[in-house]
Amino acid sequence: MTPAVPLGAFIAVSAALFFIGCAGVLTRRNAVVILMCVELMLNAANLALVAFSRRYGATDERGSVFVVFVFVVAAAEVAVGLAIVLSAYRTRPVVNVDEARAMKG
Amino acid sequence: MSAAEGTGAAGTFVPFVWLIAAFPLAAFLINGLFGKRWLGQRSGWLASASIGASALLSIGVFSDVLRGATSTTVTLYRWIGVGDLRVDVAALVDPLSAVMLLVVTVVSFLVHVYSIGYMEHDHGFYRFFTWLPLFVFAMLILVLADNYLLMFVGWEGVGLCSYLLIGFWFERPEPVFAAKKAFVMNRVGDWGFMIGMILTFLVFGSMNFTEVFGQVEIAEQGVLGLICLAFFLGATGKSAQLPLYSWLPDAMEGPTPVSALIHAATMVTGGVYLVARSTPLFEAAGGVLVVVGAVGAVTAIFAATIALVQTDIKRVMAYSTVSQLGYMFLALGVGAPIAAIFHLATHAFFKALLFLGSGSVIHAMAGEQDMRKMGGLRRKMPLTYWTMLIAGGALAAVPPLAGFWSKDEVVGAAFTNGYPILWTIGVFTGGLTAFYVTRALWLTFHGEPRDRHLYDHAHESPRLMTAPLVVLGVGSVLAGFVGVPPEDGFLHRFLPEALYPHGHEVHQPQLAVIAGLAATSVFAGLIGIFIGLSMYARRRPDPAAVRRAAGPVHRLLENKYYVDELLDRRFVDLSKAFAGASWAFDAHIVDGIVNRIGWAFGLAGSGLRRLQTGLVGNYALSIVAGVLAIIVLYGGYATGVLRR
Repeated sequence: MTPAVPLGAFIAVSAALFFIGCAGVLTRRNAVVILMCVELMLNAANLALVAFSRRYGATDERGSVFVVFVFVVAAAEVAVGLAIVLSAYRTRPVVNVDEARAMKG
Repeated sequence: MSAAEGTGAAGTFVPFVWLIAAFPLAAFLINGLFGKRWLGQRSGWLASASIGASALLSIGVFSDVLRGATSTTVTLYRWIGVGDLRVDVAALVDPLSAVMLLVVTVVSFLVHVYSIGYMEHDHGFYRFFTWLPLFVFAMLILVLADNYLLMFVGWEGVGLCSYLLIGFWFERPEPVFAAKKAFVMNRVGDWGFMIGMILTFLVFGSMNFTEVFGQVEIAEQGVLGLICLAFFLGATGKSAQLPLYSWLPDAMEGPTPVSALIHAATMVTGGVYLVARSTPLFEAAGGVLVVVGAVGAVTAIFAATIALVQTDIKRVMAYSTVSQLGYMFLALGVGAPIAAIFHLATHAFFKALLFLGSGSVIHAMAGEQDMRKMGGLRRKMPLTYWTMLIAGGALAAVPPLAGFWSKDEVVGAAFTNGYPILWTIGVFTGGLTAFYVTRALWLTFHGEPRDRHLYDHAHESPRLMTAPLVVLGVGSVLAGFVGVPPEDGFLHRFLPEALYPHGHEVHQPQLAVIAGLAATSVFAGLIGIFIGLSMYARRRPDPAAVRRAAGPVHRLLENKYYVDELLDRRFVDLSKAFAGASWAFDAHIVDGIVNRIGWAFGLAGSGLRRLQTGLVGNYALSIVAGVLAIIVLYGGYATGVLRR
């Protein structure tokens, strides 16, 4: 039996992924790239969920079920997000989020 | 329908006493609702008929009271019953209210009939005959009420109708101003009435006349004096006494029948009635009566002097009314309420007649009221002339006309009850009265016409207007005989039961004293008439010369002692300044606070507005920062790092 990968390793990878995604959301200007970074953050969370489920949920797979939910929601989110980006692009041909600031107070 | 109880037999008509008030109310409602569209000119007949029915019923009630129903309460229903406060809508039928009922309804009826002719061409005809019955209704409530609160309802009602009728021709600015002035001045008096009423309730636990007068002795002298003074303030407002008199001459802006009915015969006697009704209170309060008498005497001479120089025929009559009301208060003040009521009744007849006669003249002169443009009218309008001559004689206290008996009794009472100063004022004012009446009648009816055009178009008034004049003329001759012989006439045996519920010692002055006093005041009157005739008929001395010689005095009188100007400066300007200050407080403090609060939120908003950059990145950054902060704080507490 191969020695189990320690939980901490999974969490470390998950955290790294999350912050890479977060940094992407905060720093990138392209709307499509921001959406991809959001996907990255979601999958970081998924990884953490699966890891915890494996470690503590010996009798069932409740954590894994959550991951399936996140997949579905993420797919919907990408669909809606891309639709918004697309329609925004039709009104004004930019994908740079910094230039879409009509809601400025 | 209603419950009657009291001493003596209830009588045949007394249980239906409320119908007397119901007839005018019905006329008011019908004319008010249907007058404009359907009744038109018929509204005048309807109103007159309803008042006529009231007058007939009043005669019935009066005869019941004569036959022994001397103090009957006719309760309609309980109006207020809260805690100790119990007020009924109830009528107190006793000799005093019976006399008032008779005077009010009879004079009202005659004025209504007269008005059908006088107001014939007025486009507000139905409106006139809506307010006039409403006035009669309110006046009857005032007279019938068996408690102060219900009396106050009538009191305010007549005030309202007075306001509406003074301002009847509201297209012109003067009547509107006069109406406002009358209303505001009356409010000052009403304030006194209310204070008196509240104090009465606090002291006696009731506002019912019989209950209050039955326990006068429980009140302290000072409080009782305060109550009486407050009521007297109310009376000065309604009855146009100093210092609240100046609304009455201005009230002449209303139609002349209104002046005759409201501002001469009935409403303005409300204050006299109030004080006479409260005789047990005033007698117990002692000193206040001196104030009443003094105010009355001063008002009498004050108004009579102004009447000497007025050129508007109605204003002469108006100041004369103020002066005669002063006589009534003089009588009340010297402890002769019977004389006051006597003078009230006779005055109602001859002063209503003088006003209606003036109205007839004004009607004939196409609205001209200036006596300087009249003259010689006796040939054109003999009926008006003769009736007004009778009324003028009654006002000047020429024996044996009505005014002689009553005024002489007022003045005589001042002497026999020990007020020689008031007596002197009364006699002197009698002379002045005779002079200004002579002057007014001479300028109007005698001499050469001073305005040919107006004179040529003058004509006697229609019979609808002269008939009431004749009836009132007969009244002005005969009304005095209810008080004959002096001090022991019909009224003197009839009224005391109502005025002195606890009995009253009657002191009979000797006949020689009475005759001497009467001779003195008749002499004063004759001097007045003589000077008047000499000045205006024979020009010896010439009126114009007198006016020049009396320069400053004449100007003072012509300007009515500058009282209006004084009131304007002292009170009107003061209250305007107060109103201005209140407005400033409202605009700057009250509104200011509200506006500042709004402004502060606006400022905060414009500051916070900067946070909404519209940059999604900024929002995301703040979300991340927030999450991090939560994690750090939570982690810090959970691990104990941040815990103390």
